[in-house]
Amino acid sequence: MGKLTIPGKPIIAGSAKGMALVSSEPLSFWGGYDWKSGEITDRRHSLSGSNAKGRVLAIPFTRGSSTTTAVLLEAIRAETAPSAIITTSTDFFFALASIVADELYTQALPLFAVSESDFAHLKTGDQIEIDAHGNITVHQQTSD
Amino acid sequence: MTLTLTNKDGEMLRGDHGAATKMAMSILVRMAEVANAEELIDITSAHIDSTVYIGEAGLEFAERLASLGAKVAVPTTLNVSGLDEQHWQEWAVPSEWARQAHRQMLAYQSMGTIPTWTCAPYQIETRPAFGQQIAWGESNAIIFANSVIGARTERYPDLFDICCAITGRAPNIGLHITENRAGGLLLNVKDIPENLQLSDDFYPVLGHFIGNTAHDQIPVIDGMCIVPSEDQLKALGAAAASSGAVALFHMVSITPEAPTHEAAFQGRHPQKTIKVTTELLRESRRQLTRTDSERLDMVVLGSPHFSLAEFKQLARLVAGKQKNPSVKFLVTSSRAMTQLARQAGFIDALTAFGAQLTVDTCILTTPMLPPEIKYLMTNSAKFAYYAPGLLERKIAFGSLKDCVNSAIEGKVIRDDSLWEN
Repeated sequence: MGKLTIPGKPIIAGSAKGMALVSSEPLSFWGGYDWKSGEITDRRHSLSGSNAKGRVLAIPFTRGSSTTTAVLLEAIRAETAPSAIITTSTDFFFALASIVADELYTQALPLFAVSESDFAHLKTGDQIEIDAHGNITVHQQTSD
Repeated sequence: MTLTLTNKDGEMLRGDHGAATKMAMSILVRMAEVANAEELIDITSAHIDSTVYIGEAGLEFAERLASLGAKVAVPTTLNVSGLDEQHWQEWAVPSEWARQAHRQMLAYQSMGTIPTWTCAPYQIETRPAFGQQIAWGESNAIIFANSVIGARTERYPDLFDICCAITGRAPNIGLHITENRAGGLLLNVKDIPENLQLSDDFYPVLGHFIGNTAHDQIPVIDGMCIVPSEDQLKALGAAAASSGAVALFHMVSITPEAPTHEAAFQGRHPQKTIKVTTELLRESRRQLTRTDSERLDMVVLGSPHFSLAEFKQLARLVAGKQKNPSVKFLVTSSRAMTQLARQAGFIDALTAFGAQLTVDTCILTTPMLPPEIKYLMTNSAKFAYYAPGLLERKIAFGSLKDCVNSAIEGKVIRDDSLWEN
């Protein structure tokens, strides 16, 4: 089992850990994330049917609806949100949900951005630990 | 880069303009810092997508602001709500949902907003003008304002739009800035035959293709041989903003920032060029249908909300006809457009056909569909994109005429002739 550390830029700082759930496809949370359960419900998406609750979700960015923020805010309140989200650039929609959750419930969701080449190293099933500085330690599931 | 605030911004942040303005400015400033903005700018209007009822957290946010005395600082329209106040009891909307969604409507209405309850705020007379800085939510409204009107908004999410409206300010980022509005991806449609370019269903299909293709590049469509209507551009934009994160497109010699190819790219070279063929679009059209069955329970039209011109078009198509009794036929629109359509006499033909109307909301934002409705058909790429995930329904995509003919026959039928070569 390999171990890899990649630098993440904290968008909203915080430490987190969990099993990685990774897709190179962007996702809309509205119509794509069931905040009552944490299941990914976009039937056209490669993660359809997976549950992201408590996991480290890695997707490049959000697509589509401007309601994504509201859905993530509901998930944070309902405790069905991922433990952290990794993207390839600053995602405004996720950042806002995290900041509003901080304002309303003092419960910010940690968000990090990584380079596209580092993103490509992440695989579903990896164990991920992120420290407050944004260092992302990846315990790879397989050696390749 | 650091954010510089004006004296008035600082006063709002300290709470000199009240507790609601302080909360809104605090969120605005934190987001401006996340986005690396150097300054905030004045806006002339806002459109609030946060009106869509999702759950308790969104309601708590709205009621927190309302209880702190929030008032908007600029003319502010409201997006669809979670409830058709006039007709919800005709459908399967649970009363508890109706109560919560209504509370959210009242909270946003209390802030001095204009209760338009529509996802197509560009259909009303007071829409923004070319070049104006605005803060709009709702992905289809954003792309329409940027592309078709040439007003300037970033792709603002729910909850942020209202913070901009209360403070009258927005971060000077992204599409507020001229150089960020330059085209990047060239889509050449000159090989698409004129009779397909004239057809309404070309636009949502092209939009769906663009959303899947553009990624973070601003698409420029060149090679049109006809001038599309506003409703066709509306359908294109809504589709591209559903399958992708597109917030601005240019169409050469059609949209206001693209009088020429060079203007659309601001004198730069395209980063990428795609020759759009009927074959590529056939695949996009196929993706919009998520059913193998010809079974049909309900036709759904009006995402984005039906315009007066669309009511007129539909009234002509259904005149003197009646839908099959086994199929429901729903049109969603705003109160304002529905009223105009009624005055123009278009609603009578729809009613005689057997159509129903829903205002203020749509099938995606209120739980109105009864469980026995499983197979939908639409001419909207946005409905087609979201219905499987949000509603867990099967959906077929077709032209407006296909939708009408299918409702009459009681099963999905489509005329594929325009798409065959």
